Parts: sequence; C-alpha cells; structure tokens
Amino acid sequence: MGKNNNLLKEFTKGIFKENPTFHIVLGLCPTLAITTSLGNALGMGIAVIFVLVFSNLVISSIRKIVPDKIRIPCFIVVIASFVTIVELLMQGYLPDLAKRLGIFLPLIVVNCIIMGRAEGFAKNHKVLPSIFDGLGMGLGFSLAILLIAGIREFLGTGKLLGRTVFLGFSPSAVFILPPGALLTLGLLLCLFKKLKKEG
Amino acid sequence: MDIKTTLMIIISMVFINNFILSKFLGLCPFLGVSRNIKPALSMGLAVIFVMTLSSIVTWLVYRFVLLPLNITYLRTIVFILVIATFVQFVEMVILKKSLALYRTLGIYLPLITTNCAVLGVTVLNIDNFFVNNHPVAGSFFYSVLEGFFAGIGFTLALLIMSGIRERLMLNDTPSLFNDLPIAFIVASLMSLGFMGFNGFRF
Repeated sequence: MGKNNNLLKEFTKGIFKENPTFHIVLGLCPTLAITTSLGNALGMGIAVIFVLVFSNLVISSIRKIVPDKIRIPCFIVVIASFVTIVELLMQGYLPDLAKRLGIFLPLIVVNCIIMGRAEGFAKNHKVLPSIFDGLGMGLGFSLAILLIAGIREFLGTGKLLGRTVFLGFSPSAVFILPPGALLTLGLLLCLFKKLKKEG
Repeated sequence: MDIKTTLMIIISMVFINNFILSKFLGLCPFLGVSRNIKPALSMGLAVIFVMTLSSIVTWLVYRFVLLPLNITYLRTIVFILVIATFVQFVEMVILKKSLALYRTLGIYLPLITTNCAVLGVTVLNIDNFFVNNHPVAGSFFYSVLEGFFAGIGFTLALLIMSGIRERLMLNDTPSLFNDLPIAFIVASLMSLGFMGFNGFRF
C-alpha cells in the first residue's frame, strides 16, 4: 500500500504542486508558440508525454552505467532519439499536425522540462517511479498548455477545437498572435501564485 | 545572392521575425538573464557568436555528411550533438585564449546548449535554404547571415528587456505581479510594438 502511495505521489506532484509550467516556469518556448489552438496543444502534449516517459525510463535504467562526466551528452542522445521517433511517426500518420507544429517538433529536444526531469529525477531514482514522474510531469505540462491554448483560441477566434462556442461573440485576434500568448501566461502565472498563497 | 534577399533576411531576423518576440525561441535565457543590463549583454554576445558558428558547422555537416549518406532523418540528433560539442569546444578555447572574456561569458556558455534559439536557427536554415535536398543558390551565405542576424535580434530584445526590468525594480508593482508575471506582461507589450514592423514591404 505504501509503495503504491509513493508512486501515486510521483504521479500527482507534476500536475499541480510542482507543475513544470506554472511552478518552475520551464519549457516556455513550445508553451507559447504552439498554443494558438487546442488541437495543436493536444498534439504537442501527447508528443511530450511520450518522449518524457520513455526518456525517463531509459535514463533511469542506464543511470548506473553512464559515467558522471559525460552524462549530459548521453541523456541528450537518448532524448533526441525519442524525439526523432515521434517526429517520424507524426510525419507519417498526422502530416497536417506535424506541419502545424513545424520547427517546434524537433525542438522538443531542448525542452528544458525533459532534460530537467532526467537530471533532477530519473538520474537517481528507480525505473518505476521515474516512469510515473515522467507521466505526471508530462500530464502537468499538457494540462498547462491546454489551458493556455483554450483561453487563447476562445478569446482569439471565438472557437474551441474549431467549433464556434457562442454566437455573437466578437473575438480579439491579438490573443492568437504572439503578444496574446505572453499576456495570457503572465496573468495565469499571477493567478497560480495567488492560488498557491491561499493554500 | 542578391542584395534584396540579403537585406530581407537581415530586417526579418532582427525586427519582423524577431526570435524571442515573434517566434518564441530562446525564452528561458530571455527571462533568466534579463534582470540586469551587463549580464544580458554578455549573454547576447555569446549567443551571437555560437549561433553564427553553429550555422556554419551544421550547414557543412548537413551538406557534406547527412545528404550524401542519405541519413537526413538523423538531423535533430546530429545537430544537437554538434552544438553541444561545439559549445564545449568554444568554452575551452576561450578559457585558454582570454581569461577576461571567459569571466564575462563564463556561466552563460554551457547554458547556450539548451537555448532553443540555437537549435532553432540551424533547423530553420535547413528548412529555408534547401529545396528537395538541394542547396539553393547562395545557401551557405544566407544560412550564416541568418544565424548572425538572428543572434543580433535576440540580443536587441534581451537588452531592451533588461533595461526595462532594471527600472521596474524601483517601481511599486502589486506583490502578486512581482518578478515573472510583470516580466511577461512587459514582454507582451514589447511584442505588440515589434508587430508594427510587420508593415515593412520591399
């Protein structure tokens, strides 16, 4: 029972308490660039969960073999391999989505969340907790970008997932442009700070 | 390579498609080292340097290694390794040649490896200047130009931001907005300003 509880804890901490986007403010580039619509955010979220879970798995299983001095390049190669797998899969099966995510698909390699979890967790934990950590952090990241994308798509186009929500709502296009992304994140960070302060 | 394309790349990289404010590449260092002007300037110089040189190196690697061997799908892995090795190498050379420069750039150099702007510009170079796996005319020159001026644009945004944040410290912001939230809102207004450059036509 205690063991299960621990796993659950590794899983849930990424979602609110140590949410990578709002708490540690990591991995910002994709957070802002691809959150113009819910669909894009969903694709990006799934890609990141996949890479995070598998890179955590591999890194924590090779953690005893890799010499400390060259661990960073080793981790990067592991991460880059999984990113390439996702890239090829997405280009094969979801070419439209791959085109919309564009350059940000290969850039998952340098998403600091993934390297951060490898260095901060998988490096010195067993395989199973590392998988759950990856899953939770990935989910936390996905929820965060879904929230931002939802707000931006709704305010910017009046639609959600491409469907009109209210009739007679006049959207302000600035929210799907770069300034809107920064503004939304700034205000959300402020809100998150308030929520945390109140407990 | 004609003058018009050259000019267009320069203006587009510095103003219209500014890496930070319109493409969201390199946001982590943008927020991390923009509290004061001096470190911001050092970081900017380091980024210009690394971006230009990695544009050169990755273009050569792509053209003369990946393309002939037909393994272009390994692009991401190869580029990040090239950049990581390269940054390490630059750090060693600077340490050996100029201790003063090393002290100024010091801790910012290793951080550049994970700066997505660097990997971003190299991937963009390949996307923009190779058509069906063949380099367009002047491809190498344009790639290097794009690398250099993307670095300049990055530095420009970083410098403006650090100047504003130095002033912000003296102001009385609501406590919930302290530090990061207000920085995002400032960046948002800057980005709105930079959008004005979209009107440039040639």
